[in-house]
Amino acid sequence: MQIYLPIAEVSLDVFLLFGLGGLIGFLSGMFGVGGGFLMTPLLIFIGVPPAIAVATQANHVVASSVSGVFAHWRRGNVDFRMGAVLLAGGFVGSTLGVTIFSLLQGLGQIDLVINLSYVVLLSVIGTLMMLEGVRSVMRRRRKGGPRRLHEHSWAHGWPLKMRFRRSRLYISALLPFLLGFCVGIISAIMGVGGGFILVPLMIYLLGMPTSVVVGTSLFQIIFVSANVTFLQATQNQTVDIVLALLLVAGGVIGAQFGSRAGAKMPGDVLRIMLGVLVFVLGGKLLYDLVATPPDLYSIWVQQ
Amino acid sequence: MIRRAAAALILAAALLWAPGAARAADLVADLSDHLVAITTGFAGIDVLLYGAVGEPGDIIVVVRGPERRTTLRRKSQVAGIWMNTNSMAFERVPVYYAVASSGPLSEIAAAGELSRLQIGVENLRPSPLSIASANIVADWRAALIRNKQRAGLYVRRVGSVSFLADTLFRTKIHFPANVPTGIYLAEVYLLRNGLVVGAQTTPLNIRKAGTEADLYDFAHEQSGLYGLVAVFLALMAGWLAHLAFRRD
Repeated sequence: MQIYLPIAEVSLDVFLLFGLGGLIGFLSGMFGVGGGFLMTPLLIFIGVPPAIAVATQANHVVASSVSGVFAHWRRGNVDFRMGAVLLAGGFVGSTLGVTIFSLLQGLGQIDLVINLSYVVLLSVIGTLMMLEGVRSVMRRRRKGGPRRLHEHSWAHGWPLKMRFRRSRLYISALLPFLLGFCVGIISAIMGVGGGFILVPLMIYLLGMPTSVVVGTSLFQIIFVSANVTFLQATQNQTVDIVLALLLVAGGVIGAQFGSRAGAKMPGDVLRIMLGVLVFVLGGKLLYDLVATPPDLYSIWVQQ
Repeated sequence: MIRRAAAALILAAALLWAPGAARAADLVADLSDHLVAITTGFAGIDVLLYGAVGEPGDIIVVVRGPERRTTLRRKSQVAGIWMNTNSMAFERVPVYYAVASSGPLSEIAAAGELSRLQIGVENLRPSPLSIASANIVADWRAALIRNKQRAGLYVRRVGSVSFLADTLFRTKIHFPANVPTGIYLAEVYLLRNGLVVGAQTTPLNIRKAGTEADLYDFAHEQSGLYGLVAVFLALMAGWLAHLAFRRD
């Protein structure tokens, strides 16, 4: 059954979109990731214009982060103070990101930048996930003890120190602000929540306890993605509500099955699997960038 | 578009009034629909064009979409990666173009007529906005048409106009799912001995309708409110999902 998407101006199969939402929801439930970095390239593959895919995905991220944050909130795993600082940086970064997005669109290079960013990002994430997975499989075989994290101290001399009670940290507010800022830019240009970048950096760079990291990042992602959605809608008119709702509906159901399936599998195997998946996607995008295109000319569709 | 329509109408009028030429009833044609509404389930549509001629002759049908400025970009390899490095803008490019005829174009019409009335993609001459040498413009123009054909907006093959009992004719015009909106014109030409002796133009309005049109207008005319609604819907959807599947 075809459905005509009013903003994307393409006609796609309802069940394909619903299924895609479900698949990504399943993976995000299983692996505990937002899935935006998988969804956007897949939307582009099925024929949604990249600019629409990115903006609509930001809208989707709002919904998936909201549904995820409640559970963490109830358990007290959201550091609102840290979230607010990250958020301040995220607002500035994502606003700048949307402006860069419009600028690149005018130059005709937005598709290239989106694809290139994904190639870089997916290969980095894929590598890290697989290494992490392989390492922990080996560690489990050797029955070694878990690695201990130690706090970084190089940024401890920075000014504007703030106490983050829930994270048990006393660090410069500039650090989370900058982190939020950088992830905000990435989030606006790539249409991702950025949790998969934010979470490891919050652990390794800020030194936050693992328990509050996911809840806090979800909390800030809701607002940054909402900001991206709003700005994309007003500046570029690239948010497709119909597409977003279909993806959300599929995603909600998929996530339930995903989290159940994920609970039955060892984490390191999951990580290797996700790493492989991420690599395949990145490889496909890279191939499209370096392979001689079938036609060197293309009509520029102005959104 | 309006200029073209006017020209076609004047041509038709001139042909009809010319003494000794075709009589008033020599060519009549109409479309099965004058309005194509793009709604939720829209997946492309066939519109029937039918008509009658007074005395046997050949028919050529040309359907043109509204003309728009269109920019074409060309990729070249930079550090191993293909990126857009060059562009050319064309003025007055029809967004859609289809031709159907009752016989091979080269057999039923004189070359001069095809070229004069821009019948057949090879006779389309969108003009570039920038100045460039003729062979470069020709390359870009060919690429423009090729891209339009790939998108299904310029039909590759000349469709067939079939005759019933020498005087009644009909043809189907296909509009794909990605057809742009606007006022289209179906031009019907009657030819005898390779020359156009009668012409008629019929408009066709392709527009979004129902929810699709409302959402599109909403997104473009009140984009601030649209953005807020999009965010609000996502928040609600996320909250509902949480309520529906909470495990405690």
